[in-house]
Amino acid sequence: MNIFDILGPVMVGPSSSHTAGAVRIGRIARRLLGEGTPVHAWIGLSGSFAATGRGHGTDRAIIAGLLGMQTDDERIASSFACAAQEGMAFTFESVKLTGEHPNTAKLILTARSGRTMEMVASSLGGGRIMVVELDGLRANFSGDLPTLIVQNMDQPGHVSDVTSMLAHKGINIATLQLSRDHPGGNAVMILEIDKAVPQEGIAWLARTEGIRRVTFVDAEPVEVQA
Amino acid sequence: MAIDSLAGLMQAGAERDLFDVILENDCRERGALREDSLARMRMLYAAIRRAGRGYDPALRSGSGMVGGDGARMRAHAASGKTICGEYIGSVIAQALEMGESNACMKCIVAAPTAGSCGVLPAVLLPYQQREGLDDETMVRAMYVSGMIGQIIARKASIAGASGGCQAEIGSASAMAAAALCYLAGGSAEAVCHAAAIAVKSLLGLVCDPIAGLVEVPCVKRNAAGAMIAMSSADMALAGIRSAVPPDEVIAAMREVGDKMDVSLKETGVGGVAGTPFGQSIAKKMSGKSE
Ligand code: SF4
Repeated sequence: MNIFDILGPVMVGPSSSHTAGAVRIGRIARRLLGEGTPVHAWIGLSGSFAATGRGHGTDRAIIAGLLGMQTDDERIASSFACAAQEGMAFTFESVKLTGEHPNTAKLILTARSGRTMEMVASSLGGGRIMVVELDGLRANFSGDLPTLIVQNMDQPGHVSDVTSMLAHKGINIATLQLSRDHPGGNAVMILEIDKAVPQEGIAWLARTEGIRRVTFVDAEPVEVQA
Repeated sequence: MAIDSLAGLMQAGAERDLFDVILENDCRERGALREDSLARMRMLYAAIRRAGRGYDPALRSGSGMVGGDGARMRAHAASGKTICGEYIGSVIAQALEMGESNACMKCIVAAPTAGSCGVLPAVLLPYQQREGLDDETMVRAMYVSGMIGQIIARKASIAGASGGCQAEIGSASAMAAAALCYLAGGSAEAVCHAAAIAVKSLLGLVCDPIAGLVEVPCVKRNAAGAMIAMSSADMALAGIRSAVPPDEVIAAMREVGDKMDVSLKETGVGGVAGTPFGQSIAKKMSGKSE
């Protein structure tokens, strides 16, 4: 832990895991959907999120994150009203997600275009989070680093499509994860990289046959600026 | 070499100013630039000052148990009828206000955690005002407090769920004691002993929040942590030393945390959370979330 893991984050209380972490879960879901504020959000709270979430404002914090608020935004407490203003409908349920971290939420978002995105994420403590499932496939990333997500058909060659595009753009890869539902089925590639991918690189990948969707989320700001 | 013990910090700070040593250490550890590190710490201190001004006595927490006490204490501090005197009264008030702001979903700065966010501001803000210090001086003290927290996190814990409340309020108190001692001109040795005395004073404190919420007993413990920080800093400034070497105190903190029953580590089961009152609130809150 470095000195800024000890001092900070600047956050709306009461709990770094149940409030600040929950805002970040909402934010990463919004960024992964990639079309601004969703029109609908279904949110399943599991474990201690379900048990003590109401008192910690976990529900309001996730909604705030979905609206794009940062962890230090004092509108978090009244995010339900903000959601109504922005035309985002939402439902909460208590669910049991097995095998996950105690503070876990599942989100199903619908964008204005009708597209849906499903994500499971955990709050690890101190405001840090991890996305553990994306559209039904296993994942393991925080969204703190620039992250490239490529959803494709499970067929040979796609890893090299992606890595050669990044090499061509001179972008270094920090981590690379692959997962699939079954051989020849749906697959996802998650790359944490050192800098942003230019738009044409993303467009080029998206046009490649067998690649269903390409999402890029840039680094979260290190710390909310005053 | 990275500083990873209080002995190491005392040694590194024997000849040089602690702030310089710690800033260098941070730049090395994170591969960060000096100016970037400083800018970030300035931002945190500015956020603490803003949070101090942002207190709203009308707010109540999710369970309704917390709110308004900071204002009560502030009025009492100004009444001339305190036992502790006006200055310490304002320290207590500041601790309660920050803890309440956290419980009521206002913006705070975790130091080291949200539950213990009131300890450091409670000793720093009134001291800055009384001594007429500028923000830059306070930022230097922030580095000192952060380094103490870092060493505790490495050798023991700063999370109630793993080490009990000694890890949160205890760590915050040690960090605050070190910052105060540094601001008052204490040597690196005095700073580390102030931290060790504070940790010893809170050793064994359990984490027992009612209904698992960061409200009771958390808010009032911030006042206790601030008081112990002040007494520890003054003892160290007087030349009093912890009989037990500071690093051994941190090791003891870890051992106590490991031995602590799980019902006393943020589970909302034991301690004041387990009292009939605590359980009645827990029941009420779980009814609400259905
Ligand atoms: S009782 Fe537990 S939750 Fe409350 S301040 Fe202490 S460690 Fe944090």
